[in-house]
Amino acid sequence: MTRVLINFTIQFILLVLAQVLILNHINFGGYVNPYLYVIFVLSLPFDTPKWALLTLAFLLGLSVDIFSGVMGLHTAATVFMAFCRPGVLRFVSTKDLTIKGGSPSIQQLGFNWFFSYSFILVLIHHLLYFYLEVFHFSGFFYTLFRVILSLIFTLIFIFIFQYIFHPSKRKA
Amino acid sequence: MRNLFLFLSRQYFFFMFIAFEAIALIILVNNNVYQRSVFVSSANNMAGNLYTFSSDLTDYFNLKTINKQLADENAILYSLSKSSFIKTIQQNFIYEDTMYRLQYRYIDAKVINNTVTKRNNYIMLNKGYKQGVAKDMAVVSPEGIVGTVKEVSENFATVLSVLHSESKVSAKIKRLGYIGTLSWAGSDYRTGLLKDIPFHIQVKPGDTIITSGYSYTFPEGVMIGRVKSVNSNPGENFFTINISFSADYNKLGYVFIINNLMQKEQMNLEKLTQKNDKGTN
Repeated sequence: MTRVLINFTIQFILLVLAQVLILNHINFGGYVNPYLYVIFVLSLPFDTPKWALLTLAFLLGLSVDIFSGVMGLHTAATVFMAFCRPGVLRFVSTKDLTIKGGSPSIQQLGFNWFFSYSFILVLIHHLLYFYLEVFHFSGFFYTLFRVILSLIFTLIFIFIFQYIFHPSKRKA
Repeated sequence: MRNLFLFLSRQYFFFMFIAFEAIALIILVNNNVYQRSVFVSSANNMAGNLYTFSSDLTDYFNLKTINKQLADENAILYSLSKSSFIKTIQQNFIYEDTMYRLQYRYIDAKVINNTVTKRNNYIMLNKGYKQGVAKDMAVVSPEGIVGTVKEVSENFATVLSVLHSESKVSAKIKRLGYIGTLSWAGSDYRTGLLKDIPFHIQVKPGDTIITSGYSYTFPEGVMIGRVKSVNSNPGENFFTINISFSADYNKLGYVFIINNLMQKEQMNLEKLTQKNDKGTN
Protein backbone atom coordinates (compact mmCIF):
# COMPACT_ATOMS: atom_id res chain seq x y z
CA MET A 1 0.00 0.00 0.00
CA THR A 2 2.71 2.47 1.00
CA ARG A 3 4.68 1.46 -2.09
CA VAL A 4 1.72 2.36 -4.26
CA LEU A 5 1.38 5.68 -2.44
CA ILE A 6 5.04 6.60 -2.89
CA ASN A 7 4.90 5.44 -6.48
CA PHE A 8 1.98 7.69 -7.32
CA THR A 9 3.39 10.66 -5.42
CA ILE A 10 6.57 10.49 -7.47
CA GLN A 11 4.54 10.05 -10.63
CA PHE A 12 2.45 13.10 -9.71
CA ILE A 13 5.49 15.34 -9.24
CA LEU A 14 7.28 14.08 -12.34
CA LEU A 15 4.22 14.46 -14.54
CA VAL A 16 3.59 18.03 -13.38
CA LEU A 17 7.25 18.95 -13.96
CA ALA A 18 7.33 17.26 -17.37
CA GLN A 19 4.12 19.03 -18.38
CA VAL A 20 5.23 22.45 -17.20
CA LEU A 21 8.87 22.42 -18.22
CA ILE A 22 8.83 20.39 -21.42
CA LEU A 23 5.42 19.63 -22.88
CA ASN A 24 3.97 23.13 -22.53
CA HIS A 25 6.73 24.28 -24.84
CA ILE A 26 6.07 21.75 -27.54
CA ASN A 27 4.01 23.47 -30.21
CA PHE A 28 3.47 21.27 -33.21
CA GLY A 29 2.83 23.67 -36.06
CA GLY A 30 1.92 26.42 -33.62
CA TYR A 31 -1.44 24.81 -32.90
CA VAL A 32 -1.27 21.90 -30.53
CA ASN A 33 0.03 21.11 -27.13
CA PRO A 34 0.00 17.60 -25.69
CA TYR A 35 -1.40 17.32 -22.16
CA LEU A 36 0.25 14.18 -20.88
CA TYR A 37 -0.40 14.87 -17.20
CA VAL A 38 -3.97 13.53 -17.50
CA ILE A 39 -2.50 10.02 -17.60
CA PHE A 40 -2.21 10.30 -13.82
CA VAL A 41 -6.00 10.29 -13.47
CA LEU A 42 -6.31 7.61 -16.16
CA SER A 43 -3.98 5.18 -14.44
CA LEU A 44 -5.11 5.44 -10.81
CA PRO A 45 -5.98 1.97 -9.39
CA PHE A 46 -9.51 0.63 -9.96
CA ASP A 47 -10.23 0.56 -6.24
CA THR A 48 -9.32 4.21 -5.65
CA PRO A 49 -12.05 5.72 -3.44
CA LYS A 50 -14.10 8.28 -5.31
CA TRP A 51 -13.29 11.13 -2.96
CA ALA A 52 -9.57 10.48 -3.45
CA LEU A 53 -10.07 10.45 -7.21
CA LEU A 54 -11.65 13.91 -7.20
CA THR A 55 -9.21 15.37 -4.68
CA LEU A 56 -6.18 14.13 -6.59
CA ALA A 57 -7.58 15.41 -9.87
CA PHE A 58 -8.20 18.78 -8.25
CA LEU A 59 -4.66 18.99 -6.87
CA LEU A 60 -3.16 17.84 -10.16
CA GLY A 61 -5.05 20.42 -12.18
CA LEU A 62 -4.21 23.15 -9.70
CA SER A 63 -0.48 22.31 -9.78
CA VAL A 64 -0.39 22.50 -13.56
CA ASP A 65 -2.45 25.71 -13.47
CA ILE A 66 -0.07 27.49 -11.11
CA PHE A 67 2.67 27.16 -13.69
CA SER A 68 0.56 27.65 -16.80
CA GLY A 69 -0.62 31.13 -16.04
CA VAL A 70 -4.36 30.63 -16.40
CA MET A 71 -5.69 29.67 -12.99
CA GLY A 72 -8.55 27.18 -12.80
CA LEU A 73 -8.54 26.05 -16.41
CA HIS A 74 -6.74 22.73 -16.04
CA THR A 75 -8.41 22.23 -12.66
CA ALA A 76 -11.92 22.48 -14.09
CA ALA A 77 -11.13 20.15 -16.98
CA THR A 78 -9.31 17.57 -14.87
CA VAL A 79 -11.95 17.44 -12.11
CA PHE A 80 -14.66 16.92 -14.70
CA MET A 81 -12.64 14.17 -16.31
CA ALA A 82 -12.17 12.45 -12.94
CA PHE A 83 -15.91 12.71 -12.32
CA CYS A 84 -16.56 10.94 -15.63
CA ARG A 85 -13.99 8.20 -15.00
CA PRO A 86 -16.17 5.69 -13.04
CA GLY A 87 -18.93 6.02 -15.63
CA VAL A 88 -16.57 5.55 -18.55
CA LEU A 89 -14.97 2.55 -16.83
CA ARG A 90 -18.41 0.95 -16.55
CA PHE A 91 -19.21 1.88 -20.14
CA VAL A 92 -16.12 0.41 -21.79
CA SER A 93 -15.78 -2.82 -19.80
CA THR A 94 -18.14 -5.75 -19.46
CA LYS A 95 -16.76 -7.12 -16.20
CA ASP A 96 -16.63 -5.41 -12.83
CA LEU A 97 -13.04 -4.22 -12.69
CA THR A 98 -12.94 -3.03 -9.09
CA ILE A 99 -12.78 -6.62 -7.85
CA LYS A 100 -9.84 -7.49 -10.03
CA GLY A 101 -7.43 -4.95 -8.48
CA GLY A 102 -4.58 -3.24 -10.30
CA SER A 103 -4.98 -0.20 -12.48
CA PRO A 104 -5.98 0.53 -16.08
CA SER A 105 -3.13 -0.25 -18.45
CA ILE A 106 -2.54 -1.70 -21.89
CA GLN A 107 -0.79 -4.69 -20.37
CA GLN A 108 -3.73 -5.69 -18.20
CA LEU A 109 -6.62 -5.03 -20.51
CA GLY A 110 -5.28 -4.85 -24.02
CA PHE A 111 -4.73 -2.11 -26.55
CA ASN A 112 -8.31 -1.77 -27.77
CA TRP A 113 -9.76 -1.47 -24.30
CA PHE A 114 -7.19 1.09 -23.19
CA PHE A 115 -7.55 3.07 -26.38
CA SER A 116 -11.33 3.52 -26.12
CA TYR A 117 -11.02 4.24 -22.38
CA SER A 118 -8.36 6.92 -22.76
CA PHE A 119 -9.89 8.30 -25.96
CA ILE A 120 -13.22 9.09 -24.29
CA LEU A 121 -11.71 10.60 -21.14
CA VAL A 122 -9.05 12.68 -22.90
CA LEU A 123 -11.68 13.94 -25.36
CA ILE A 124 -13.84 15.06 -22.42
CA HIS A 125 -10.86 16.79 -20.84
CA HIS A 126 -9.76 18.55 -24.03
CA LEU A 127 -13.25 19.68 -25.02
CA LEU A 128 -13.76 21.33 -21.66
CA TYR A 129 -10.24 22.74 -21.56
CA PHE A 130 -10.24 24.36 -24.99
CA TYR A 131 -13.78 25.73 -24.88
CA LEU A 132 -13.22 27.17 -21.40
CA GLU A 133 -10.02 28.77 -22.63
CA VAL A 134 -11.76 30.48 -25.55
CA PHE A 135 -14.82 31.13 -23.35
CA HIS A 136 -17.31 31.50 -26.16
CA PHE A 137 -18.51 29.53 -29.15
CA SER A 138 -17.50 31.86 -31.93
CA GLY A 139 -14.96 30.02 -34.01
CA PHE A 140 -16.55 26.78 -32.85
CA PHE A 141 -15.01 24.63 -35.56
CA TYR A 142 -11.59 26.17 -35.25
CA THR A 143 -11.55 25.31 -31.54
CA LEU A 144 -12.82 21.82 -32.38
CA PHE A 145 -9.95 21.45 -34.83
CA ARG A 146 -7.50 22.35 -32.05
CA VAL A 147 -9.21 19.87 -29.69
CA ILE A 148 -8.82 17.04 -32.18
CA LEU A 149 -5.20 17.81 -33.03
CA SER A 150 -4.23 18.06 -29.36
CA LEU A 151 -6.21 14.90 -28.63
CA ILE A 152 -4.19 12.95 -31.18
CA PHE A 153 -0.88 14.14 -29.76
CA THR A 154 -1.91 13.60 -26.14
CA LEU A 155 -2.95 10.03 -26.98
CA ILE A 156 0.35 9.37 -28.75
CA PHE A 157 2.22 10.60 -25.68
CA ILE A 158 0.03 8.54 -23.35
CA PHE A 159 0.76 5.37 -25.31
CA ILE A 160 4.49 6.08 -25.42
CA PHE A 161 4.38 6.66 -21.66
CA GLN A 162 2.51 3.39 -21.13
CA TYR A 163 4.99 1.36 -23.14
CA ILE A 164 8.00 2.94 -21.42
CA PHE A 165 6.86 2.76 -17.80
CA HIS A 166 4.85 -0.43 -17.84
CA PRO A 167 6.96 -2.98 -19.70
CA SER A 168 4.69 -5.75 -20.91
CA LYS A 169 6.35 -8.70 -19.18
CA ARG A 170 3.55 -8.84 -16.60
CA LYS A 171 1.25 -10.26 -19.22
CA ALA A 172 3.06 -13.62 -19.27
CA MET B 1 -33.16 15.81 8.31
CA ARG B 2 -31.71 12.33 8.66
CA ASN B 3 -32.96 11.49 5.22
CA LEU B 4 -31.25 14.54 3.86
CA PHE B 5 -27.91 13.48 5.33
CA LEU B 6 -28.45 9.97 4.04
CA PHE B 7 -29.16 11.34 0.60
CA LEU B 8 -26.10 13.58 0.73
CA SER B 9 -23.80 10.78 1.84
CA ARG B 10 -25.10 8.43 -0.83
CA GLN B 11 -24.63 11.01 -3.54
CA TYR B 12 -21.43 12.47 -2.08
CA PHE B 13 -19.43 11.82 -5.24
CA PHE B 14 -21.72 14.05 -7.24
CA PHE B 15 -21.83 16.85 -4.67
CA MET B 16 -18.10 16.71 -4.15
CA PHE B 17 -17.66 17.02 -7.89
CA ILE B 18 -19.98 20.03 -7.99
CA ALA B 19 -18.03 21.64 -5.14
CA PHE B 20 -14.62 21.12 -6.77
CA GLU B 21 -15.85 22.21 -10.17
CA ALA B 22 -17.41 25.33 -8.66
CA ILE B 23 -14.13 26.21 -6.94
CA ALA B 24 -12.24 25.75 -10.22
CA LEU B 25 -14.68 27.90 -12.17
CA ILE B 26 -14.68 30.61 -9.51
CA ILE B 27 -10.88 30.72 -9.64
CA LEU B 28 -11.03 30.79 -13.42
CA VAL B 29 -13.55 33.60 -13.66
CA ASN B 30 -12.03 35.67 -10.91
CA ASN B 31 -8.44 35.49 -12.00
CA ASN B 32 -8.35 35.32 -15.69
CA VAL B 33 -8.15 36.43 -19.20
CA TYR B 34 -11.15 38.37 -20.40
CA GLN B 35 -12.71 38.87 -17.01
CA ARG B 36 -9.91 40.71 -15.30
CA SER B 37 -6.82 39.70 -17.14
CA VAL B 38 -4.71 39.43 -14.04
CA PHE B 39 -1.65 37.27 -14.30
CA VAL B 40 -0.16 37.83 -10.88
CA SER B 41 -0.67 34.23 -9.89
CA SER B 42 2.02 33.11 -12.23
CA ALA B 43 4.20 36.12 -11.68
CA ASN B 44 4.72 34.97 -8.13
CA ASN B 45 8.21 34.13 -7.18
CA MET B 46 7.86 30.36 -7.00
CA ALA B 47 6.81 29.99 -10.60
CA GLY B 48 9.28 32.70 -11.57
CA ASN B 49 12.25 30.95 -10.03
CA LEU B 50 11.35 27.62 -11.59
CA TYR B 51 11.14 29.24 -15.01
CA THR B 52 14.43 31.06 -14.49
CA PHE B 53 16.03 27.71 -13.79
CA SER B 54 14.55 26.05 -16.85
CA SER B 55 15.33 28.95 -19.14
CA ASP B 56 18.93 28.99 -17.89
CA LEU B 57 19.20 25.46 -19.22
CA THR B 58 17.46 26.00 -22.52
CA ASP B 59 19.30 29.27 -23.19
CA TYR B 60 22.37 27.40 -24.34
CA PHE B 61 20.57 26.14 -27.40
CA ASN B 62 19.85 29.65 -28.61
CA LEU B 63 23.25 31.19 -27.93
CA LYS B 64 24.22 31.22 -31.57
CA THR B 65 21.21 33.14 -32.86
CA ILE B 66 21.25 35.52 -29.91
CA ASN B 67 24.92 36.32 -30.54
CA LYS B 68 24.08 37.03 -34.13
CA GLN B 69 21.26 39.36 -33.11
CA LEU B 70 23.50 41.20 -30.66
CA ALA B 71 26.24 41.58 -33.23
CA ASP B 72 23.76 42.96 -35.76
CA GLU B 73 22.44 45.39 -33.23
CA ASN B 74 25.92 46.48 -32.21
CA ALA B 75 26.70 47.20 -35.82
CA ILE B 76 23.69 49.47 -36.09
CA LEU B 77 24.54 51.24 -32.85
CA TYR B 78 28.16 51.76 -33.88
CA SER B 79 27.03 53.34 -37.09
CA LEU B 80 24.93 55.75 -35.05
CA SER B 81 27.66 56.71 -32.58
CA LYS B 82 29.32 60.11 -32.69
CA SER B 83 32.63 58.75 -33.92
CA SER B 84 31.11 57.38 -37.10
CA PHE B 85 30.07 60.84 -38.21
CA ILE B 86 32.35 63.28 -39.89
CA LYS B 87 31.87 66.95 -39.38
CA THR B 88 31.34 68.50 -42.78
CA ILE B 89 30.21 71.98 -41.82
CA GLN B 90 32.88 73.98 -40.02
CA GLN B 91 30.63 75.73 -37.58
CA ASN B 92 30.45 75.30 -33.87
CA PHE B 93 27.32 74.22 -32.14
CA ILE B 94 26.44 72.73 -28.80
CA TYR B 95 25.51 69.08 -29.15
CA GLU B 96 23.82 68.51 -25.84
CA ASP B 97 21.27 71.20 -26.12
CA THR B 98 18.33 71.69 -23.81
CA MET B 99 16.22 71.21 -26.91
CA TYR B 100 16.72 67.49 -26.49
CA ARG B 101 15.26 65.57 -23.63
CA LEU B 102 15.26 61.84 -23.15
CA GLN B 103 11.80 60.42 -23.73
CA TYR B 104 12.36 56.68 -23.93
CA ARG B 105 14.60 54.69 -21.63
CA TYR B 106 15.41 51.06 -22.42
CA ILE B 107 15.72 48.21 -19.92
CA ASP B 108 17.00 44.88 -21.21
CA ALA B 109 15.30 41.71 -20.00
CA LYS B 110 15.34 38.01 -20.61
CA VAL B 111 12.28 36.00 -21.58
CA ILE B 112 11.85 33.19 -19.05
CA ASN B 113 8.46 31.87 -20.11
CA ASN B 114 6.49 32.28 -23.28
CA THR B 115 3.53 30.70 -25.05
CA VAL B 116 2.22 31.08 -28.58
CA THR B 117 -0.43 28.37 -28.90
CA LYS B 118 -3.11 29.76 -26.63
CA ARG B 119 -5.78 32.26 -27.56
CA ASN B 120 -4.36 34.60 -24.94
CA ASN B 121 -0.62 34.45 -24.65
CA TYR B 122 1.60 35.93 -21.99
CA ILE B 123 5.35 36.28 -21.69
CA MET B 124 7.29 36.38 -18.44
CA LEU B 125 10.43 38.49 -18.06
CA ASN B 126 13.15 38.38 -15.42
CA LYS B 127 12.90 42.05 -14.45
CA GLY B 128 10.43 43.49 -11.93
CA TYR B 129 9.70 46.71 -10.10
CA LYS B 130 13.02 46.45 -8.31
CA GLN B 131 14.66 47.01 -11.68
CA GLY B 132 12.34 49.86 -12.61
CA VAL B 133 9.72 48.02 -14.62
CA ALA B 134 6.16 49.28 -14.25
CA LYS B 135 2.76 48.50 -15.70
CA ASP B 136 1.94 49.55 -19.28
CA MET B 137 5.51 49.83 -20.48
CA ALA B 138 6.20 48.72 -24.04
CA VAL B 139 8.19 45.57 -24.79
CA VAL B 140 10.08 45.13 -28.06
CA SER B 141 12.61 42.64 -29.35
CA PRO B 142 15.44 43.44 -31.78
CA GLU B 143 13.21 42.18 -34.59
CA GLY B 144 10.00 43.95 -33.67
CA ILE B 145 7.13 44.61 -31.35
CA VAL B 146 6.38 42.12 -28.52
CA GLY B 147 3.70 43.50 -26.19
CA THR B 148 2.99 45.61 -23.12
CA VAL B 149 3.78 44.94 -19.45
CA LYS B 150 0.68 43.65 -17.69
CA GLU B 151 1.69 42.85 -14.12
CA VAL B 152 4.88 43.41 -12.15
CA SER B 153 6.21 41.59 -9.10
CA GLU B 154 9.43 42.16 -7.22
CA ASN B 155 11.75 40.52 -9.72
CA PHE B 156 9.48 39.43 -12.56
CA ALA B 157 7.06 40.97 -14.99
CA THR B 158 4.38 39.46 -17.19
CA VAL B 159 3.77 40.83 -20.62
CA LEU B 160 0.50 40.82 -22.51
CA SER B 161 1.82 39.56 -25.81
CA VAL B 162 0.73 40.86 -29.20
CA LEU B 163 -0.71 37.34 -29.45
CA HIS B 164 -3.60 38.12 -27.09
CA SER B 165 -7.24 38.73 -27.88
CA GLU B 166 -7.15 42.05 -26.03
CA SER B 167 -3.98 43.33 -27.62
CA LYS B 168 -4.55 46.47 -29.69
CA VAL B 169 -1.65 48.47 -31.08
CA SER B 170 -1.84 51.58 -33.22
CA ALA B 171 0.08 50.77 -36.40
CA LYS B 172 1.09 52.65 -39.52
CA ILE B 173 1.85 51.72 -43.11
CA LYS B 174 5.33 53.14 -43.45
CA ARG B 175 5.16 53.96 -47.16
CA LEU B 176 1.80 55.75 -47.02
CA GLY B 177 1.55 56.96 -43.43
CA TYR B 178 -2.01 55.73 -42.84
CA ILE B 179 -2.96 54.55 -39.38
CA GLY B 180 -4.71 51.28 -38.51
CA THR B 181 -5.21 49.00 -35.55
CA LEU B 182 -3.18 45.85 -35.09
CA SER B 183 -4.76 42.82 -33.45
CA TRP B 184 -4.45 39.05 -33.55
CA ALA B 185 -7.00 36.61 -34.95
CA GLY B 186 -5.84 33.74 -32.79
CA SER B 187 -4.94 31.19 -35.42
CA ASP B 188 -1.31 31.40 -36.38
CA TYR B 189 1.38 33.07 -34.27
CA ARG B 190 3.13 34.33 -37.40
CA THR B 191 0.16 36.29 -38.72
CA GLY B 192 -1.47 39.44 -37.38
CA LEU B 193 -4.46 41.52 -38.47
CA LEU B 194 -4.45 45.17 -39.46
CA LYS B 195 -7.86 46.83 -39.50
CA ASP B 196 -9.36 50.28 -40.08
CA ILE B 197 -7.48 50.97 -43.32
CA PRO B 198 -10.04 52.51 -45.73
CA PHE B 199 -10.65 51.14 -49.25
CA HIS B 200 -9.15 54.00 -51.23
CA ILE B 201 -5.66 53.34 -49.97
CA GLN B 202 -3.37 51.37 -52.26
CA VAL B 203 -1.89 48.83 -49.90
CA LYS B 204 0.35 46.24 -51.51
CA PRO B 205 1.72 42.98 -50.16
CA GLY B 206 5.21 43.60 -48.87
CA ASP B 207 4.49 47.03 -47.39
CA THR B 208 6.22 47.60 -44.07
CA ILE B 209 4.07 48.10 -40.97
CA ILE B 210 5.50 50.02 -38.02
CA THR B 211 4.11 51.45 -34.79
CA SER B 212 2.49 54.84 -35.22
CA GLY B 213 3.62 56.49 -32.02
CA TYR B 214 -0.02 57.47 -31.42
CA SER B 215 0.00 55.80 -28.04
CA TYR B 216 1.71 56.49 -24.77
CA THR B 217 3.56 53.19 -24.74
CA PHE B 218 5.29 52.50 -28.04
CA PRO B 219 7.72 54.92 -29.64
CA GLU B 220 7.17 55.64 -33.31
CA GLY B 221 8.77 53.39 -35.88
CA VAL B 222 9.11 50.05 -34.08
CA MET B 223 8.95 47.29 -36.68
CA ILE B 224 5.78 45.16 -36.64
CA GLY B 225 5.88 43.21 -39.89
CA ARG B 226 5.00 43.16 -43.56
CA VAL B 227 1.70 43.01 -45.41
CA LYS B 228 0.96 39.45 -46.46
CA SER B 229 -2.43 39.75 -48.11
CA VAL B 230 -5.15 42.40 -48.44
CA ASN B 231 -8.78 41.27 -48.12
CA SER B 232 -11.99 43.20 -48.41
CA ASN B 233 -15.25 41.94 -46.93
CA PRO B 234 -18.46 42.97 -48.66
CA GLY B 235 -20.44 45.44 -46.61
CA GLU B 236 -17.44 46.94 -44.87
CA ASN B 237 -15.59 50.14 -45.62
CA PHE B 238 -12.25 48.94 -44.41
CA PHE B 239 -9.69 46.41 -45.52
CA THR B 240 -8.76 43.42 -43.42
CA ILE B 241 -5.03 43.11 -43.91
CA ASN B 242 -3.00 40.05 -42.94
CA ILE B 243 0.46 40.81 -41.67
CA SER B 244 3.39 38.48 -41.20
CA PHE B 245 5.12 39.50 -37.99
CA SER B 246 8.79 40.36 -38.25
CA ALA B 247 9.59 38.84 -34.85
CA ASP B 248 9.40 35.09 -34.35
CA TYR B 249 7.41 34.86 -31.11
CA ASN B 250 8.25 31.22 -30.67
CA LYS B 251 11.95 32.04 -30.37
CA LEU B 252 12.06 35.14 -28.17
CA GLY B 253 15.28 35.34 -26.16
CA TYR B 254 16.13 38.84 -25.01
CA VAL B 255 13.86 41.85 -25.20
CA PHE B 256 13.83 45.53 -24.26
CA ILE B 257 11.32 47.14 -21.96
CA ILE B 258 10.71 50.74 -23.00
CA ASN B 259 9.90 53.31 -20.36
CA ASN B 260 8.19 56.37 -21.77
CA LEU B 261 9.34 59.07 -19.37
CA MET B 262 6.66 61.47 -20.53
CA GLN B 263 3.76 59.05 -20.38
CA LYS B 264 2.34 60.60 -17.24
CA GLU B 265 2.40 64.09 -18.66
CA GLN B 266 0.73 62.95 -21.88
CA MET B 267 -1.98 61.07 -20.03
CA ASN B 268 -2.70 63.97 -17.71
CA LEU B 269 -3.05 66.28 -20.67
CA GLU B 270 -5.47 63.93 -22.33
CA LYS B 271 -7.52 63.61 -19.18
CA LEU B 272 -7.65 67.38 -18.86
CA THR B 273 -8.72 67.77 -22.49
CA GLN B 274 -11.51 65.26 -22.11
CA LYS B 275 -12.71 66.90 -18.93
CA ASN B 276 -12.87 70.31 -20.56
CA ASP B 277 -14.68 68.76 -23.51
CA LYS B 278 -17.42 67.47 -21.27
CA GLY B 279 -17.70 70.87 -19.66
CA THR B 280 -18.45 72.66 -22.93
CA ASN B 281 -21.04 70.19 -24.11
